[in-house]
Amino acid sequence: MKNLTTLLLLLTLSFGVRASEGIELQEADVDLGDKASLLRGAHHFVTYCLGCHSIKQIRYLRLALDTHADEKEVLRDIAPFGASIYDNLHSAMNKHDAEKWFGTQPPDLSLIARSRGADWLYSYLKSYYADSKRPFGVNNLVFEDTAMPNPLWQLQGEQHAEIRKTIYGDRIDLVLNKEGTLSEKEFDQMVNDLVTFLVYVGEPAQMERESMGKYVLIFLFLFFGLAYLLKKEYWKDIH
Amino acid sequence: MNNEGVDQSKRQFLTTALTVVGAVGTGYLAVPFLSQMQPSVKAMAASAPVDVDLSKMETGQLLRVAWRGKPVWILNRTPEVLKTLTTLDSQLADPKSLESIQPENSKNAMRSIKPEIFVAVGLCTHLGCSPTFRPEVSPPDLGDKWQGGFFCPCHGSWFDLAGRVYSGVPAPTNLEIPPHRYVTDTLLIVGEPAEGESA
Amino acid sequence: MKPSRLNACGEWVLDRFPLASLWKDHMTHYYAPKNFNFWYFFGSLALLVLVNQFITGILLTMNYKPDAKLAFDSVEYIMRDVSWGWLVRYMHSTGASAFFIVVYLHMFRGIMYGSFKQPRELIWIFGMLIFVALMAEAFMGYLLPWGQMSYWGAQVIISLFSAIPVIGDDLSLWLRGDYVVSDATLNRFFAFHVIAVPLVLVMLVFMHIVALHEVGSNNPDGIDIKKLKDKDGIPLDGIPFHPYYSVKDIAGVGVFLIFFATIIFYMPEMGGYFLEHANFIPADPMKTPEHIAPLWYFTPFYAILRAIPDKFAGVIGMGGAIVVLFLLPWLDRNPVRSIRYRGGIYKKALALFVISFIALGYLGTQPATPVMTNIARVFTAIYFGFFLLMPIYTRWEKTKPVPERVTMDLTLEEQFPAICEVFEEITEAASAPDDDGHQHAFRSVFFSRRPNPEGMRNVATRLAKKLKKSLD
Repeated sequence: MKNLTTLLLLLTLSFGVRASEGIELQEADVDLGDKASLLRGAHHFVTYCLGCHSIKQIRYLRLALDTHADEKEVLRDIAPFGASIYDNLHSAMNKHDAEKWFGTQPPDLSLIARSRGADWLYSYLKSYYADSKRPFGVNNLVFEDTAMPNPLWQLQGEQHAEIRKTIYGDRIDLVLNKEGTLSEKEFDQMVNDLVTFLVYVGEPAQMERESMGKYVLIFLFLFFGLAYLLKKEYWKDIH
Repeated sequence: MNNEGVDQSKRQFLTTALTVVGAVGTGYLAVPFLSQMQPSVKAMAASAPVDVDLSKMETGQLLRVAWRGKPVWILNRTPEVLKTLTTLDSQLADPKSLESIQPENSKNAMRSIKPEIFVAVGLCTHLGCSPTFRPEVSPPDLGDKWQGGFFCPCHGSWFDLAGRVYSGVPAPTNLEIPPHRYVTDTLLIVGEPAEGESA
Repeated sequence: MKPSRLNACGEWVLDRFPLASLWKDHMTHYYAPKNFNFWYFFGSLALLVLVNQFITGILLTMNYKPDAKLAFDSVEYIMRDVSWGWLVRYMHSTGASAFFIVVYLHMFRGIMYGSFKQPRELIWIFGMLIFVALMAEAFMGYLLPWGQMSYWGAQVIISLFSAIPVIGDDLSLWLRGDYVVSDATLNRFFAFHVIAVPLVLVMLVFMHIVALHEVGSNNPDGIDIKKLKDKDGIPLDGIPFHPYYSVKDIAGVGVFLIFFATIIFYMPEMGGYFLEHANFIPADPMKTPEHIAPLWYFTPFYAILRAIPDKFAGVIGMGGAIVVLFLLPWLDRNPVRSIRYRGGIYKKALALFVISFIALGYLGTQPATPVMTNIARVFTAIYFGFFLLMPIYTRWEKTKPVPERVTMDLTLEEQFPAICEVFEEITEAASAPDDDGHQHAFRSVFFSRRPNPEGMRNVATRLAKKLKKSLD
């Protein structure tokens, strides 16, 4: 019985909590219906991330179709110069250089939102702080000793870590040291756009999937209703 | 079990209604299942229009490019060939290209936009083999009647150098001309229709 | 074609193929007990899911590439570039989990109503073989997306075979075809997954059904309906499978599809239980994920494996947990089939078994901390205790008399008044009317009632007493 109680307790505790190295994640506000945010995110991605990271599983064409944006506008405003609408988001960086500079190859980000989750990405991009022990002078609270420098530091400014003692033990707070070119609110919005884009590329079919689901369910309820009436009608024979 | 006093018409109605709804559902499910065998976006990307640079092309030369995975021929015809082509009508199955597939801008005697540059899909209209390019006149294996053209090795169809099919061979129509247009005098795009035409 | 011509064609076929008698023997003149309840839907649903897996699986093979370099990307290609590929893939991945849900419930039904007992031992054995084939199918299919979990899951499971003394290492090497899981392994798993195991499955399902139709279906009362027949030789408590159970099963299919579609369209990952998060990272033979867990349907057995602190014994324990199920018809010594007429000790044992199975399933998804491992050991003991002590405790059982004829369960509609009564009891009418004085009909019935703590307590006590009584 005692075991059972322990188990029930553990069950209730573990639901809804996705283990993430003990750091509390900040919530991203992802709304794929917000096409403008999605396109801004795509633009930010090409500007700040595509230098190192590919998203080889998506084409500009798909992005244009799913956001109802004009193909020419997508090529002009988002894609790098000279890209074709059928191109995937390939990074120009070669493997050899990457290993020389970062010690590892920057991962393809096509599915990063599905393996890490939106909240993790949002928190990760916001959790860089100055750390002179690291090769690029920055470390990350969410992903300790990350090999990735902070590509957004000019926008966010420079954060440093402050250790605060609480009854639960030490907590690390990040405090802005040097102002960036964006205000905190603008920066949060920008990171959120970027995460929205990454969630979208993780599964471009998800918008279609969710909008279609309700019609399928309505149909199935109709089917069940008729099947139930038929069953009842036939089973009148059975006493 | 007791079948007396059963409202058979209600049973019949419900059975029919459920069958219809079930059939509609199966039909809707069949659409994704069947259309998943359609060409994917990747195949469509590979079918994008192809640019061809004609500036280095010599007279009499045949270029082969791939468009939608099919061979497309670009032939620079000599003046002699153009002259021969006007004399062949009586031997051809469809000399005016009435039954054949070509964009409007190539529906003329030479089946091309510019008379000397001939563009065609290099697949026989019979069963899809790619004919061989035989420009020579009266070679020993093809006989005296051969005026230069394309010969299909699979089932022996004859085409002239405008892609027109001879009568009395298995192929039913002339070779297909793909949509194409000139961007400049020497830059050709295969797969894109000319302005004002639909693909 | 004129109707007469059509008839002639039909008769031409019927003269040469026993379609009419097959239909008669297995549908219109197959007499099933008339008291099937909720638990009897899962057999036909398992067949439906099997068909779903076949159709979607065939479509997936058209675009999937069983090559270590291409496999991961080809799955994403299906998800993105192939028209409707995402739907087909989700139907297949959700179908895999649905298959196990349905089969576990189907097996539980068999245990609960004694469907494995004489004369249905062989049906149970075929069913267990289907279960084993299904596990092989699921395990090999899970390698194909070539994600991190696919790779390391396969690595771990194949390494289990190396625990076998003497031949173990050579055996696991032979299974992999390489020193680690690699392209060779992927290729052979593909071959097994798409053709070898499905053929075995179809054959087993056929034999399972043939054996069932030979002896006839069991029922929630565990009564042999063939004992009492009318003058035409039809069982008094039997009804033709078609139309009665065919229409009932179609309604069941409707409910199942509603759940199935909800998962496919709104939660295909099912919070990481149907599609694991780490499997969206391509397989990397240089890096194991921090926490690896098999898919949920293997976790009870995986938890047993981890609970036993010895490699070989662990493998034996895991295999034994499945083997022991095969022996069920001979472990249970009590001739009474249905749980309804069995003694309290069996009811308690079965309840404990279900709890331990679910608990082990949960523990298998969690990291193996010392506390968790100890809890898993307790449940492992209960799991095996249920089976191995069965020959003893089923003899002490004090069973109830089994009736001559089957009893009909109340339908949902017949239970409705009772449900309303309970609702009345656990809520009470609110005294305050709406602010604006007038009341909406619906609100006044439903929302104007407040929870009634005393009524709830009464209902809870009654429920507890009833439960206790039924366990005695």
